[in-house]
Amino acid sequence: MVTTSATAPLTPVLADDVAAYLKRRSRWSPLEVVFWIFAFASIWLFPDKYLILKDTAILALFALSLDLILGYAGIISLGQAAFFGIAGYFSGLVAKYGLINEPVIALVCSGVVAAALGFVTSFLVLRGSDLTRLMVTLGVSLMLGEVANRYASITGGADGLQGVDIAPVLGRWSFDLYGHNGYVYCLIVLFVCFVIARRIVYSPFGLSLRSLKGNALRAAAIGIPVKWRLVAIYTVSAGFAGIAGALLTQTTAFCSLDVFSLERSADLLLVLIIGGTGYLYGGLIGAVIYKFLQDWIATLTPQYWQFWIGLVLVVIVLVGRERVEGWIAAARGSVARLGDRLWTRIRPRSAALGGAADGD
Amino acid sequence: MPILETIGLEKRFGGILAAANVNLSVKKGARHALIGPNGAGKTTVINLLTGVLRPTAGRIMLEGRDITDAAPHERVRLGMARTFQINQLFLDLTPLESIGLVVSERLGTGADWWRVVGSKPAVTDEIVEVVERFRLTDVMHERTAILPYGKQRLLEIALAFACRPRVLLLDEPAAGVPEAERHELLATIEALPAEVTVLLIEHDMDLVFSFADRISVLVNGALFVDGAPEDVARDPRVKAVYLGEELDA
Repeated sequence: MVTTSATAPLTPVLADDVAAYLKRRSRWSPLEVVFWIFAFASIWLFPDKYLILKDTAILALFALSLDLILGYAGIISLGQAAFFGIAGYFSGLVAKYGLINEPVIALVCSGVVAAALGFVTSFLVLRGSDLTRLMVTLGVSLMLGEVANRYASITGGADGLQGVDIAPVLGRWSFDLYGHNGYVYCLIVLFVCFVIARRIVYSPFGLSLRSLKGNALRAAAIGIPVKWRLVAIYTVSAGFAGIAGALLTQTTAFCSLDVFSLERSADLLLVLIIGGTGYLYGGLIGAVIYKFLQDWIATLTPQYWQFWIGLVLVVIVLVGRERVEGWIAAARGSVARLGDRLWTRIRPRSAALGGAADGD
Repeated sequence: MPILETIGLEKRFGGILAAANVNLSVKKGARHALIGPNGAGKTTVINLLTGVLRPTAGRIMLEGRDITDAAPHERVRLGMARTFQINQLFLDLTPLESIGLVVSERLGTGADWWRVVGSKPAVTDEIVEVVERFRLTDVMHERTAILPYGKQRLLEIALAFACRPRVLLLDEPAAGVPEAERHELLATIEALPAEVTVLLIEHDMDLVFSFADRISVLVNGALFVDGAPEDVARDPRVKAVYLGEELDA
């Protein structure tokens, strides 16, 4: 069957090793499991913090959408608010006029609308350098903001969209005053979107994104249609941003022009600078730190809290991400080794294959 | 019918003529070398062939099909892949991931966004074959950025080979490889399957004459001489412009 002589007997082992290694890449690490257990435990742990937790979950999803294009495909954007905003208004309007009453269906539709806008604008964004992209994405969101301002009869203009009445989720859970259901709803949506994003980045498609971020010239030279891959991820990212925007409208029963604001897009970059890019948790961790820092500083000095956020930003950039990431990597490594050891006890056979591939 | 052919290929950069009426004809299964002194336009020709540059005039035919207007990635799908003179690798990926990426693309699962990389046995089998052929087994889990240069050079060829091209363009594959790692590289190039047509662009005359069965000499952007290695080596005009200085050195 196999014609190559010297290496032939080794091949089956190697094939198993390769398959095992590639599968291990995408295995949930113990640290990730802990992260999500803690995230869901927060529902019971912090019952008086639902509002900020909900905002955090929405910001995390929004930041995740930027990480998909920035961290994986190398597209920098100052205009994610365009998608956040258009879906925010869309979900508000369909609820207000009773076009789509069920929130989950409305949420999905809002995501699709934002994704459609992402698809159309991707062709503007994909040409040019980083600076061009920053300006084009910023420009698109500014234009949409003004369009919403101009057509105040539909959007409510500067007063915001009033009279939005959100039906209970799946006909059962209505958004209560304390924000419990709202938070649980946002957290579940965040988790589902995260799982989808995770599938994407560990798929061949996700790998091709990382490759073209690293070297677009070579990516084309091995047959990857670079442009279409970027269009695809930009569209997906827009959809995620849109879902985040729709969540905000649905959980507050309100939508105002500031969904399109530059500040919203800029905050997002800040979140990713705090949390890091390219490993999916950056947006989530960054959002948690950002929101709680904001909350904590705001109680200390309500008027000047942005001073301290600015200071944190400067320190992070000056101290250097690498050092902080080094600590995280070290912590992650030790937890992963612990996990592997447990895994060895539970599943001796698969661990025997995995042990040989212990590359990272 | 030649497997790869250029007809009157021309490329101008402003006032400079980098390729002038190049009529190159590569036979199926050939080990064809394209040589020429520095600045002769070798890299321009390979960039034209692979679609990185668009010609100002002329046509490029691959297996009888006109590919002059095809995008670089389309030419790969049509059966022509290349390596680069200066490594163009995915430094943050491992060799295994890089090759897995290429194989996934080729087997049409590259746009698959739901399955995990390598979950199909057809993909892993092919990854294994390429990893072994290019002697990358013991470094396949390392980050590409930290590999020894010789291994990086092997990976450079492996990525092109994993596209399963019928025509493989090697742009100075041995350039910069230290003596100790050279043998391994040359052996893998020698061992490329006979059915793969190879167009080699090379400075190293030992490699050219030990490997090629046909040589084209490019001078000042134009094809100067084209023939069997013995004939090219004997050609006084070639000696005058090129081989003399190289071989005596």
